[in-house]
Amino acid sequence: MNYHIVDNLTSAIRLQDIPQVEYAALYEDLKVRLAQERYHVAHYFATPEQNRLRFYIIVLDDADHKAMLASFAMEYYDDVALPSLTALHPAMHIFEREITELYNVEFDSMPWNKPVRFPFDRRNRNSTIDTYPFYSIEGDSLHEVNVGPIHAGIIEPGAFRFVCNGESVLHLEIALGYQHRGVEQEFSATDNRLRQTLLAESIAGDSAVSHATTFAHTIEKLSGKTPSEALETERAVALELERMALHIADTGALSTDVGYQLGQVACEALRTMTINTTQAWCGNRFGKGLIRPSGSNKPLTAAKRDMILKNVEEIARRYDEVKEDIKSSPTLLARFEQCGIVAKSDMQRIGGVGMAARASGLTRDIRTSHPYGVFADKIRHESIIKRQGDVMSRLTVRCNEVLQSAKYIGELLEGYTPTESMPRPDYETALAPDSLAFSLVEGWRGEICHVAITDSEGKIATYKVKDPSLHNWLALALAVRGEGISDFPICNKSFNLSYCGYDL
Amino acid sequence: MAILLNTLLMIVVALLITGVINRTRAVMAGRKGLPFFQHIYNVRLLLCKDSVYSHTTTILFRVAPAVYLAAAVVAILMIPVADLYPIISFEGDIICLAYTLALARVAIILAAMDTGSSFEGMGAAREALYGALIEPALLMGFATLAMFCGYTSLADIFEHEQSFDLHYTIVMFLVAYLFVTITFVESGRVPVDDPRTHLELTMIHEVMCLDYCGMDLAMIQIAGWLKTACFSMIAANAIAATCCFHWWFAVPLAILLTGLSVGFVESTQARNKLSRNTTFVVTISALAALIFFIGYLLQLNINI
Repeated sequence: MNYHIVDNLTSAIRLQDIPQVEYAALYEDLKVRLAQERYHVAHYFATPEQNRLRFYIIVLDDADHKAMLASFAMEYYDDVALPSLTALHPAMHIFEREITELYNVEFDSMPWNKPVRFPFDRRNRNSTIDTYPFYSIEGDSLHEVNVGPIHAGIIEPGAFRFVCNGESVLHLEIALGYQHRGVEQEFSATDNRLRQTLLAESIAGDSAVSHATTFAHTIEKLSGKTPSEALETERAVALELERMALHIADTGALSTDVGYQLGQVACEALRTMTINTTQAWCGNRFGKGLIRPSGSNKPLTAAKRDMILKNVEEIARRYDEVKEDIKSSPTLLARFEQCGIVAKSDMQRIGGVGMAARASGLTRDIRTSHPYGVFADKIRHESIIKRQGDVMSRLTVRCNEVLQSAKYIGELLEGYTPTESMPRPDYETALAPDSLAFSLVEGWRGEICHVAITDSEGKIATYKVKDPSLHNWLALALAVRGEGISDFPICNKSFNLSYCGYDL
Repeated sequence: MAILLNTLLMIVVALLITGVINRTRAVMAGRKGLPFFQHIYNVRLLLCKDSVYSHTTTILFRVAPAVYLAAAVVAILMIPVADLYPIISFEGDIICLAYTLALARVAIILAAMDTGSSFEGMGAAREALYGALIEPALLMGFATLAMFCGYTSLADIFEHEQSFDLHYTIVMFLVAYLFVTITFVESGRVPVDDPRTHLELTMIHEVMCLDYCGMDLAMIQIAGWLKTACFSMIAANAIAATCCFHWWFAVPLAILLTGLSVGFVESTQARNKLSRNTTFVVTISALAALIFFIGYLLQLNINI
């Protein structure tokens, strides 16, 4: 099989360089390839091209640190069903479902052909969010519990349907799509680069920095500009601050859910300290406005650098105490250990990514496998891996990553001299025409992948976004199988997946 | 007059315990905390609100809060405050008390099932299970008291000549411990239940009241306070009977005993996994059986 092989730092790829193959050949190749742990698919999507539908696939090779691109095309009026890869590798389900939903491409023997998010221009208008085909099991001793779509608290909408036998959950199905905003279409609807940047920041509010960084990298590749070392350092600091803030917040949320007050209040305070540090730097607690293509409006000053260093050190010190406290508390261990287990084999089959995958022993970490920015040269990242795959391992991975991020921020900022000549953001440079650029960033949840394809005038024709939640929601559904329904909340918090990152 | 004072003191205990719990939790968390009487303001606010009823509910749902509150009120009328006599007192009122409280539970369980909500059905099932499992502990506790003191009325049980008796003190302290533990289960506190959680899937008592609002919810909350006060006062009586059998000692003791212990546990412990609750509750019953046995041996006056 002929792939175009690049890595995460390669600049834009001309569309004509991407080999066009036959689906049959691709299918035969992926059938074998995806069974190996080192390979997983970063993105697989279809996009209209003149009078054809062209499919692109980006396969990542974690061992060789390479990305392999291929494409194939289909005539609009071809109504042959493509053999489904999902049937062999369930990880492909989300991509194939999306393609079916948008372009009515049938996949033969697709086992789980459910709607993804009900976009406006979906092919089957009869399938609406109110008629979502939930899986059900009949039986006298079974009952169904429906939660949502309106969340009883303050977070986002999603419908959860449990099939239970008494207190224990046999099956959970999660239906999302309530927040579909058409983010991907909005990227190609405007030429205003600033507007696109703001869009990227709003894909998922808790991953503003991660998504904005991924977008900035994608645009920089297309405009042929390499970000300066100083810029990459500042971006990395922002991203690690985001990781710290969200992991700390989730440690607090897990404590809340099991009624552990001391952990809750300590983490709430620390999380506030972390996001206030970001705010003191850039004026926004979630880092909005901080990441811009090819430059920055909020370059670090010496005073801000010292402030961040001081705060991060204190946060790390205090968080370490909370971590030790949690690890030595029998009532907490009784709740978190052996709860919501996702085995490594399952995690690999469903294509889990990010910290959830690492908690199950599956090494999926873009910072090591496809390094970018500071991880390509300055920092040799060591992924934190746990094997049990339960709530406790996900929590431990979070705890250790917070401390690791604090260490990285320290390393990056110690001896960093803020530059006077940080370039201003660049919203003007023309993008390479007829090209494809992708960028991978390890957000706090996991692998974020953005792909942009430009048309012959250098405008963005197709923009595809992949949030880690797209893969990991299924991991949550697997985690609660066989658990008590009352343990669903802590399983859910241990993943803390994004609704709007999935709904786009 | 003394009889009215007794009821009045029970109400005071009921109103103050929640405040002490909240304050303890706040101090433990290093927070300023709610105003001490915030829970009372909240209920006053609820009392000013109208009720809304789901179309799927029947009369059962509307009557339940009244039955729940009525049962709790009757229960506090049966509890002596140390040396003060309660309004209702007769031979065998300990059994009557246990089943008055059981009636309250049945009413609220039926009402929860009446809503047809899957959440409330789960809550009702849990409440019924733990209710059934804690009942032996409660009866064993009363049985120990009755056997050891020779009376079956609460007011008589705690009357005791003011001389130090080691056996009596041991049994009374054990019974007090038992009733404090029962309070945790009966008033739905950590580690069994978590009254502050926002997660319907994990709730026990709170989830059964999800469909209630306004006046009805206020009645349920007040009844909850009264129930807690009952168990707390029995435990305080048991301790007071051994050292200082006066209402001015028993009342603060009842407030602090529950207030501090619940506040402390809720600050430092996580909730049980739901499937472990069964073990936890059955263990309380086992403990009650053990205390009964100890009481029996001590009553035989064997030399320890």
